Amino acid sequence: MTVDSMTDNQGLRLDRVHICLGDRVLVTLDAKVRRGETLTVMGPSGSGKSTLLAYLGGFLDPAFTASGRISVDGVELNRLEAEKRHAGILFQDPLLFPHLSVGDNIAIAIPEDVKGRKQRRLVAEAALADAGLAEFGDRDPDTLSGGQKARVALQRVLVSRPRLLLLDEPFSKLDANLRDQTRQLVFDRARRAGLPVVLVTHDEEDARAAGGQVHKVGQP
Amino acid sequence: MTGGVRLARLAPPLTLAILLGPLAFGLTGTALPALGYLPELGGESFTTAHFTALGEVPGITRSAVLSILIGLMTTLVALGAVAAFVASDLGSSGFVRMRRMISPLLSVPHAAAAFGLAFLIAPSGMLMRLVSPWLTGLDRPPDLLIVNDPWALSMMAGLIVKEIPFLFLVTLAALPQTRHVETMRLGRSLGYGRIASFTILLWPPLYRQIRLAVFAVVAYATSVVDVALILGPHLPATLPVRLIDWMNDPDLETRFLASAGAVLQLGVTLTALIAWIGLERIGAYMVGRARNCGHRMQRDRVVRAAARLVMIASAAIVFGGIALLALWSVSGLWQFPDALPANFSLRSWMQALPRMSGPLFTTLAVAGLSTLIALVLTILCLEREYETGRGRGGGALLLIYLPLIVPQISFMFGLQVLSIWLGVDASFSALVLAHLVFVLPYVFLSLSDPWRAHDRRHDLIAAGLGMSRARTLMRIRLPMLTRAILTAAAVGFSVSVGQYLPTVLIGAGRLTTVTTEAVALAAGGNRRVIGVYAFMQTLLPFLAFSIATGLPGLLFRKRRGLQV
Amino acid sequence: MLKSLTVFAGVLTAALALPHGAKAADPDPRNWDAVLAEAKGQTVYFNAWGGSENINSYIDWAGETLKQRYGVEVVHVKLDDTANAVAKVLAEKAAGKDEGGSVDLIWINGENFASMKRQQLLMAPDWTTGLPNWAYVDHENKPTILTDFTIPTDGLESPWGGAKMVFFHDSARTPADSVPHSSAELLQWTQENPGRFSYPQPPDFIGSSFLKQVLIETIADKSKLGQPVTEASFAEDAAPLFAYLDKMHPNLWRGGKAYPQNYPDMKQKLADGELDIIFAFNPSEASAGIAAGELPDTVRSFTYSDGTLGNTHFVAIPYNAAAKAGALVLANFLISPEAQARKQDPSIWGDPTVLSMDKLSAEDRAAFEALDLGVATLKPDELGPALDEPHPDWMEHIEGEWLRRYGAAN
Repeated sequence: MTVDSMTDNQGLRLDRVHICLGDRVLVTLDAKVRRGETLTVMGPSGSGKSTLLAYLGGFLDPAFTASGRISVDGVELNRLEAEKRHAGILFQDPLLFPHLSVGDNIAIAIPEDVKGRKQRRLVAEAALADAGLAEFGDRDPDTLSGGQKARVALQRVLVSRPRLLLLDEPFSKLDANLRDQTRQLVFDRARRAGLPVVLVTHDEEDARAAGGQVHKVGQP
Repeated sequence: MTGGVRLARLAPPLTLAILLGPLAFGLTGTALPALGYLPELGGESFTTAHFTALGEVPGITRSAVLSILIGLMTTLVALGAVAAFVASDLGSSGFVRMRRMISPLLSVPHAAAAFGLAFLIAPSGMLMRLVSPWLTGLDRPPDLLIVNDPWALSMMAGLIVKEIPFLFLVTLAALPQTRHVETMRLGRSLGYGRIASFTILLWPPLYRQIRLAVFAVVAYATSVVDVALILGPHLPATLPVRLIDWMNDPDLETRFLASAGAVLQLGVTLTALIAWIGLERIGAYMVGRARNCGHRMQRDRVVRAAARLVMIASAAIVFGGIALLALWSVSGLWQFPDALPANFSLRSWMQALPRMSGPLFTTLAVAGLSTLIALVLTILCLEREYETGRGRGGGALLLIYLPLIVPQISFMFGLQVLSIWLGVDASFSALVLAHLVFVLPYVFLSLSDPWRAHDRRHDLIAAGLGMSRARTLMRIRLPMLTRAILTAAAVGFSVSVGQYLPTVLIGAGRLTTVTTEAVALAAGGNRRVIGVYAFMQTLLPFLAFSIATGLPGLLFRKRRGLQV
Repeated sequence: MLKSLTVFAGVLTAALALPHGAKAADPDPRNWDAVLAEAKGQTVYFNAWGGSENINSYIDWAGETLKQRYGVEVVHVKLDDTANAVAKVLAEKAAGKDEGGSVDLIWINGENFASMKRQQLLMAPDWTTGLPNWAYVDHENKPTILTDFTIPTDGLESPWGGAKMVFFHDSARTPADSVPHSSAELLQWTQENPGRFSYPQPPDFIGSSFLKQVLIETIADKSKLGQPVTEASFAEDAAPLFAYLDKMHPNLWRGGKAYPQNYPDMKQKLADGELDIIFAFNPSEASAGIAAGELPDTVRSFTYSDGTLGNTHFVAIPYNAAAKAGALVLANFLISPEAQARKQDPSIWGDPTVLSMDKLSAEDRAAFEALDLGVATLKPDELGPALDEPHPDWMEHIEGEWLRRYGAAN
């Protein structure tokens, strides 16, 4: 996918987003994230940074009150249900579906317009090959290493053609080596797919690798 | 979250209707004749004459008081045994072994356990036979009133051995919510013995979680019919048994008396519950005092050994009883004091099986259908709860427990009248509905914890991938919860198989199950036939639990992530 | 267990039903071919006590045979208490349901028959004597066939089997010469052997019959038993009976604080040695029990020298039965030599026949004679005199009084 010429509508726009818990204001920001670029939200534990992801993804706990407009490429996401937003999410744990094989984990994410079993299998296999896991289609996900699982999780979310990518401290459980590799991989793929990314983390290294704007949360 | 599974919207009101509707109708249908209003039998006006007549029944006070005492004693002993065992052995290997026995123990229906106990402890039962004549010098059974004793001790024993696994299960379910590992460690580092640490630090929050289940046990023990028929006193019988007699009396006038009695039963159960709350207060006070005096109680080894012994004994009694039932079912002539039958024969089975096919089919069909409906409703309700973020309150839990706390006999009678009036008595669908009222709470209680404990993030990922709520439910959540769902299904199935009163009253003798046949045969004293039916009655839930345990292992044999 | 729910059901549903017009004529057994033709395809709901697996098997066999030979389907509605079926018919009558009733044939005698006859719930007039197999029935020598508990049967119920109260003991534990031969001797026996005898708790039929037996032997004026109870003198008349019981109860099994529930319960206790003496209405019970492996082969029967209760049990057709022709076919089959011989076989049931050997063909007679009644069964001439059953009124009163006095024994 190529990056189109910049217009005002492209990418993720956050307009006057406020997230509060009772009286306490947790997050407030305005931001524009271009396609392929990353907004890093940083803050200590308990500062409520994950609530931003929850709000973007459409699964904010009713205990919080939130307001503000979210739009991607001009499409307003506020009124959409979580499953219509196509806001792909990666958590700390890869959370591969344990009852499906590695290949099926990917295949289940393929959108419905790809029809036919054969066709879908081809797409899944291509995605696996792209992650260097070509022969892993029939494997039990539990038998993969941490790094391999992370790669499968990434391919799973990419294959679903998301509008944006939400990353909830996805590298923190990986050991140092793997962390670098995975970071590179994730941001590279996101750039390639032209996805705006929102990264939530407390690790400075992550922010540096992301290379985009940084918004600090939970500071006095 | 808007949208979601459309069907789920219907589930909570439907579930409430099923849980509470029959209850409300049933209580009304019982209360009205008690007050004299039953036009078909000539009762046109309200009167308290029937309550007066009730008061004049010989031995009625004793029956009522007995029922209350049975309720309180049973629960006290069972709860004490479970608490002592958990306090003693939390985390040990014996504990794990006991945990594994819960499912099979729970799957044994109350009536079968009662029969087994009767065969064990009767003067002509197995225990006596094992020690006669070499130890006791007896070649005839002693003339001791053990089974059907007037103080209901054997009946309480029969109830206790079944309530212990149930209370153990609910305690286990509540444990993860307390931080028991750290708490016990803390207590013991402060010098308190195990039992003391548990009682002072863990028990109060734990008990609060299982309180409703304990109430259900009290209520059940005060109003149980089948165990009372098998093990309970006869002269006079406990209140619920006398009610059944009145309900069956060919003289239709006794209907009014039976209704008044059913209202009395409500009062009896209520009294027992209130007395129990009083006991709770006393218990809390005593725990408070123990805490305040700082007594370390480090030398609790004897108590701990005793607690372990009680648990093992109760499991042994249940399993031993079932083995004894099986043995009797294939025995020929077996006289006292022989420890083994003189000869074996399949005659009882050959005679019984053809005649059992009808009841067996009904049992399976009703249990299967009611469990299925209960599962679907529960899953949809839990799904709705997930979508709306509401519904987890204590009020909801009370509503679910309500059919288990109100004595069956008090509202089943009214339901019986209603079903005749609607012309659906002895109909299959009415019977399924009657069973559903009791299966639904158990299925809900069994499934809700694993459901809520399930990692939500899988659903969030699926939503992020663009999967609709329905698709997520079907392809992600349900498969991942297979084990919990099958277990809940096994629980529901067992509850239905063991039901006695609803089948007897709504089935009207046309629809019979293995359980009703077994209890009907109890009075016949023919141990072989009882053995056949009671063993069959136990086999069914046992199979259900085996499937629940084994099937996920088979289905997911290539998926390490779902092995337990 | 058939609950009186069905009675209740009858009342409520019938209360909502509309009364019918003129009813069809009852089938006439004298025109047997027409009866067979009408019966074909019918389903007969045979309401009979279901507490014994032997009897249930026998009824199943009869149903199978009827289906094969005459195309009549028989459904055995297992009763806990015959009174429930009576109440059902009564409820149907009260609601005006004079046709298509839910009970086609009832196994009945004694007070239940009296009740149905009195309230005109039976198919009338006399149909029994019109049955083809009536020719074999021994009504001349068995007076209880024509008079049921002092009530004339008037052909409203067809005999099925005989009954006589007989006692049993295990000769291995209790020597034959030590057993009592009268109620008075029994009382003394219990004093010498405490805890070794009991009777089923009333209102069980066998238990009540024991009370009746004692009543007959202890009442001052036996002729009163042929009449309904005189309320004024009942207390006095029954006094000897209750004095007897008061003396006996402390020496009973479990000290009279608990009772066996019914005959099968007593049978198990004899096998276990908990009871030394039991009793039943079927002289072949012991042999049947031995054949079924429930009793040791050392069990023997004995009876009282001055006689014990004897009666006949019957089948009757309610006035509003839906399958009257089918019921007639079944009733007739039940008194056929084939069915009666099979019934008397202790390995099947062991119930005495109502047929007269003299009236049978040589072949049929031989079938009876070939039956091995078992070493535990007394021969017919050893059974002793049959005492007449009292008027059903006495039973009601005795049961009520027993419950009043001993019903809350603890």
